[in-house]
Amino acid sequence: MSAIRKNGSILIKGGRVIDPAQNIDADMDLLLRDGFVAELAPKGKVRGSADESFDARGLVVCPGFIDLHAHLREPGQSHKETIATGTRAAAAGGFTSVCCMPNTSPVNDSARITAWMLEAERGAVVNVFPVAAATLGSEGKQLSDYAGLQKAGAVAVTDDGKPILDETVMRDALRLAGALNMPVVQHAEDTRHTAHCVMHDGPTAFRLGLRGMSADAEANIVERDVNFARNTNGHLHVAHISTAAALKAVRRGKKSRARITCEVTPHHFSLLDENVGDFDTNCKMNPPLRSAADREAILAALDDGAIDAIATDHAPHAAHEKNVEFDRAPFGITGLETALGLAITRLHRERKMALPRLVELMSTNPARIFNLRGRGSLVRGSFADVTVFDPAKRWTFEAAKSLSKSKNTPFDGCQLVGKVVATLVAGHFVHRNG
Amino acid sequence: MAKRPHSLLGIEQLAPDEINALLRLTRRMAGGRPRPLLRDRRIALLFYEASTRTRTSFEYAAKALGAQTALISSQSSSIEKGESLVDTGYTLQALGAQAIILRHPSSGAASTLARFIDIPVVNAGDGMHEHPSQALLDAYTMLRHKKTLRGLRVAIVGDIYHSRVARSNVFLLARMGAQVTLCGPPDFLPDAAASLAKGLRITRHLDDAIRGADVVMMLRIQKERLVHRHINLEDYTAAYQLTAEKLKLARRDAIVMHPGPIVRGLELTSDVADGPQSVIREQVANGVPVRMAILATAVGAA
Repeated sequence: MSAIRKNGSILIKGGRVIDPAQNIDADMDLLLRDGFVAELAPKGKVRGSADESFDARGLVVCPGFIDLHAHLREPGQSHKETIATGTRAAAAGGFTSVCCMPNTSPVNDSARITAWMLEAERGAVVNVFPVAAATLGSEGKQLSDYAGLQKAGAVAVTDDGKPILDETVMRDALRLAGALNMPVVQHAEDTRHTAHCVMHDGPTAFRLGLRGMSADAEANIVERDVNFARNTNGHLHVAHISTAAALKAVRRGKKSRARITCEVTPHHFSLLDENVGDFDTNCKMNPPLRSAADREAILAALDDGAIDAIATDHAPHAAHEKNVEFDRAPFGITGLETALGLAITRLHRERKMALPRLVELMSTNPARIFNLRGRGSLVRGSFADVTVFDPAKRWTFEAAKSLSKSKNTPFDGCQLVGKVVATLVAGHFVHRNG
Repeated sequence: MAKRPHSLLGIEQLAPDEINALLRLTRRMAGGRPRPLLRDRRIALLFYEASTRTRTSFEYAAKALGAQTALISSQSSSIEKGESLVDTGYTLQALGAQAIILRHPSSGAASTLARFIDIPVVNAGDGMHEHPSQALLDAYTMLRHKKTLRGLRVAIVGDIYHSRVARSNVFLLARMGAQVTLCGPPDFLPDAAASLAKGLRITRHLDDAIRGADVVMMLRIQKERLVHRHINLEDYTAAYQLTAEKLKLARRDAIVMHPGPIVRGLELTSDVADGPQSVIREQVANGVPVRMAILATAVGAA
């Protein structure tokens, strides 16, 4: 991370500081110095001086958001996104750290590629934490070198998009990663039952004549993996959970004290399978948009804590790749710049979720799940990664103005409440609005 | 959304008066007299999938209206070189095509194409989604034998899941007030099918479907689209084949329909296919005037 500057100081004054890790929700001043949190004190009580000050009155100041699940597409698919463009979109969305998936070209299954992603030449403006491939080439056969990957900077392992189906391999992965205190992230989908499926199996799929993925294809894998996690003492992190049935399995696992965590995407708590409408490929993602009952279960789990984190599954694709027949279009949508707005609009405004819970889902918990020490909190000595947002600001998201290289989003023109005002990484602005 | 209102992408988007207008126009087109409404207009037939009936009747229909036609099929064009659907559409538009008739194995392909090009798109069958011209010719055929679609008891039997013909027929018949019963085993007729239209009836028993029906429409098992569905043909035939004996359960004046191609001895027996109640070949013949009406409407010459 040599590209990120650290020296200097800034005082963020008078904001509503929300830091769930310290149980803080109060109007306070925050002093950042030389890349770290130097002081957090009641208004006007900070003793140190600063080179610069930022007026945060009327705004929320919180530990920087951490995205556990994004596709930055480098190496190999830089026509969709680069680490430089993806992290700029992240900064605009309030994310100070992005955990990037290994389904690059070549697959990130080595310390060499992991290290390459972290080189200053990539031009990242926020922290990048590679999630490495759990098996060589993500082929699901032979485990990659977890210790070596961890040393190079990987924070978790996954074969995202190509779930680990082999039972022995999955158990071994959980055991080995567990010993290194790294989670195994599983995209839960029994791909033996989802060949040629392009959306959720339900009335909309039937009406459109599209093949549907059943909820069971997700739930069966989660159920299996939960048992493996319990038996191996490994840490299973369920990626982008999308069905009521899979959430049931997660709840059962948590009750049994297995190390289970899970994340949900903003699109899965915002949209339904029927939003595919007239074959809109910007509503084609995997897992697919689900039924109303699934979304209800997700919203309930966000409230009661069964879901630990909000992650974007930012999956950029070029327009010419998406503007094709629905069944030929790649899965995935962008999400870094709409996550906060959707969370505030759908969860805080519509469902009265308290803002501290929202910060917990986007920062506190993600840092804990991937063991990102010194992040996810504004406690003195933490990294000076800070997000400042206006929870009442109304705005319209315009895909054309997105900083991502790709514009594949179903939220173009969407009216949202809640907007990032400033994003600071290591005490420096990486995004500043108006 | 389609840029051109005259595109025919599916029956689902059509209002009853639009359906009626097309059926009325079909009656006028059926005289057999040449009607040069599209003289020297260029119509492209873009076919990504094999077709006998639909392709030939669209071509005859276009020519009967005086249009010039060009057939582009996926095996003998730049599609083989990797040209995308949308780029192929731009190319045909640049060549002066004033409408594109599209047959494609992907559901939604016609909607995708219509979103990008400025000329009308006529859906000649997209994957498992819709086959609007077939549903219109089926309705036209029914009306040659029955007074009205309102209250008509129609049984559609067989592989509903993979059938674009079934979907388009359900949308059209339900919209026009017919009583539709779908019949087939769960693999071919999942419960989700009930949500296609209001008042739709679903049964697993052939007798139940046929009893008292005015129209019995049989569908082919689409072996080319079966994925993860292992159907035992012998069991299927025993339970769902339309025989002369079974047909007696329907009204005496019931008609037997089939969108073709038929597989004799599978979904229906030869004596039923060739019997006095069968209108299967008449359906094929009605394909031409229906498609004349569709093309004249699409190009705005009607």
